[in-house]
Amino acid sequence: MDIQTLTFIIVGATFALYIAIAIWSRAGSTSDFYVASGGVHPVMNGMATAADWMSAASFISMAGIIAFAGYDGSVYLMGWTGGYVLLALCLAPYLRKFGKFTVPDFIGDRYYSQTARTIAVICAILISFTYIAGQMRGVGVVFSRFLEVDIATGVFIGAVIVFFYTVLGGMKGITYTQVAQYCVLAFAYLVPAIFISFQMTGHFLPQTGFGATIAEGVAGEGTYLLDRLDGLSAELGLAAYTEGMRSKIDVFAITCALMVGTAGLPHVIVRFFTVPKVSDARLSAGWALVFISVVYLTAPSIAGFAKVNLINTVNGPDLQGVEYEAAPEWIKNWEKTGLIGWEDKNEDGKMFYSGDDRNEMTVDRDIMVLANPEIADLPAWVVALVAAGGVAAALSTSAGLLLVISTSVSHDLLKRTLTPNITDKQELMWARVAAAVAIALSTWFGINPPGFVAQVVAFAFGLAAASFFPAIILGIFHKRMNSTGAIAGMLVGIVFTLAYIIYFKFVNPAGNIPENWLFGISPEGIGTVGMVLNFVVSYAVHKMTGDAPQDTQDLVESIRYPRGAGGATH
Amino acid sequence: MAFKSEELAKAYWRDNISLVLKLLAVWFIVSYGFGIILVDWLNQFTFFGFKLGFWFAQQGSIITFVILIFVYVKRMAALDNKYEVHEE
Repeated sequence: MDIQTLTFIIVGATFALYIAIAIWSRAGSTSDFYVASGGVHPVMNGMATAADWMSAASFISMAGIIAFAGYDGSVYLMGWTGGYVLLALCLAPYLRKFGKFTVPDFIGDRYYSQTARTIAVICAILISFTYIAGQMRGVGVVFSRFLEVDIATGVFIGAVIVFFYTVLGGMKGITYTQVAQYCVLAFAYLVPAIFISFQMTGHFLPQTGFGATIAEGVAGEGTYLLDRLDGLSAELGLAAYTEGMRSKIDVFAITCALMVGTAGLPHVIVRFFTVPKVSDARLSAGWALVFISVVYLTAPSIAGFAKVNLINTVNGPDLQGVEYEAAPEWIKNWEKTGLIGWEDKNEDGKMFYSGDDRNEMTVDRDIMVLANPEIADLPAWVVALVAAGGVAAALSTSAGLLLVISTSVSHDLLKRTLTPNITDKQELMWARVAAAVAIALSTWFGINPPGFVAQVVAFAFGLAAASFFPAIILGIFHKRMNSTGAIAGMLVGIVFTLAYIIYFKFVNPAGNIPENWLFGISPEGIGTVGMVLNFVVSYAVHKMTGDAPQDTQDLVESIRYPRGAGGATH
Repeated sequence: MAFKSEELAKAYWRDNISLVLKLLAVWFIVSYGFGIILVDWLNQFTFFGFKLGFWFAQQGSIITFVILIFVYVKRMAALDNKYEVHEE
């Protein structure tokens, strides 16, 4: 059976599984995600959180970026896991004790202000929208490859599927569907990694194979894989794989923005509002990170193997280039999507990949994970399985984010703030309009991406770091912090960060080079500066405008210990 | 007020903050310290075929994060019990 048919079968089968679980668990109990006393075990909640969390950025894009950026790719690995430590230690237990459903609810109540609440809603919409714009590209990459169409058509087909998935709805809310999605996603990620690790190094564990020596019969046999990569990089005029090119301050800033942003993302925080107990909130964060680590500890291995395999395939074991006529099927398949390109500059009929002017190949980073099993010549069912994993990752996260956007617009913004008199029917209509507008806009961004999937998603984290994180931390740990300070801080943080990203990505993309950056910090890392500004402004304004009222301070005291935590209320 | 006295409430919060700060110190040292600031110096050592700094940035820090959260869960449970503010 060919890859395309197998892909339809496996993707179709996983969809059927999710729908079956959704129907089965709805019949079995009505306790869906939003019921706090539902008694979902912290291990299950952790697994569901991991599925919710790992999107197209983690699954499809991250390892590809690491393959090309080497050490610099570590920002994603550390950034997207280290945030869970902040979440578990500084936020989750307290927010759980507070007992509300959403971040704007917390901000509005803690800062006793409708204005603070409205600003928080707008920040939540901006963050979720940026996040989903990245997802749509990821969905598009999957569909364009397996339907063998160009990337724009792929994005469009993906958008239509995401829209129906969300509107038919219900699936996102059910923890057990997400548990199934996690299993598909993790299995699809690990299987090819184990195969390739064994093929290249004789190690079953990709995590150790990545540091091992290359097996007999593979080009470069006997040398350490990472040494081989560094050697190849030097020969081909690329930056050393284990050293990278970004400046230290930029690596620091991006890692910090991603970590802090993780702890400020509305759709992640929400998961910890709704566990039965405060102690479960702590434990759930721990289990979520365990399940996330399964994928994240494998990603750098996949990156290393994929890079070596890519160079071996394109340049040949002797690094003289491979005849295009003799190129493997996968190169030609990916060429149809426009995501791989070959231009025979020296007219020798051979392909050559390098970091200097000998280079004849353009390779989109976002295809590496999907192409990896084909590059390594794995069985067709593994290739199809990876496609199913990519679809699961992208769809589950997009659907969740669309729900955040549509309820924020219709419920938080319109019903509770701007036009309190609208009927339920109108509210529902506005929710659908908001989802449709968000999809249409993100489809445009999917076809004209401002960066690779993981980079676009990184902007969402920067915005979360610059807006929510300081307001929540100060709300818990600084009980005298008042509403004026928090509002001023959030506004300065998000406006500064958004303006910096828009300037370098859309207004003056040609000027997006280290020399022009503030303190040498790239748009991916600027959320860190925005966060610092937010803290400073909040604190200064608070000093000038006096303390929060006594009843608010008492409220903050009461969220600092677990006893007496009730169910969450809306 | 779940605490028997104002002093106990203060002591609980102080112990909590001190635990969190200790764990965050480890969090910072392993990721930003070993993985970023000291990475070049650590790269002179080899660890199972990895340059050590590179290993911390791509594997070691993540493993440490997982351990940190479980240490926190255990220590906080003990603290809640000690001050009798655990959930019934």
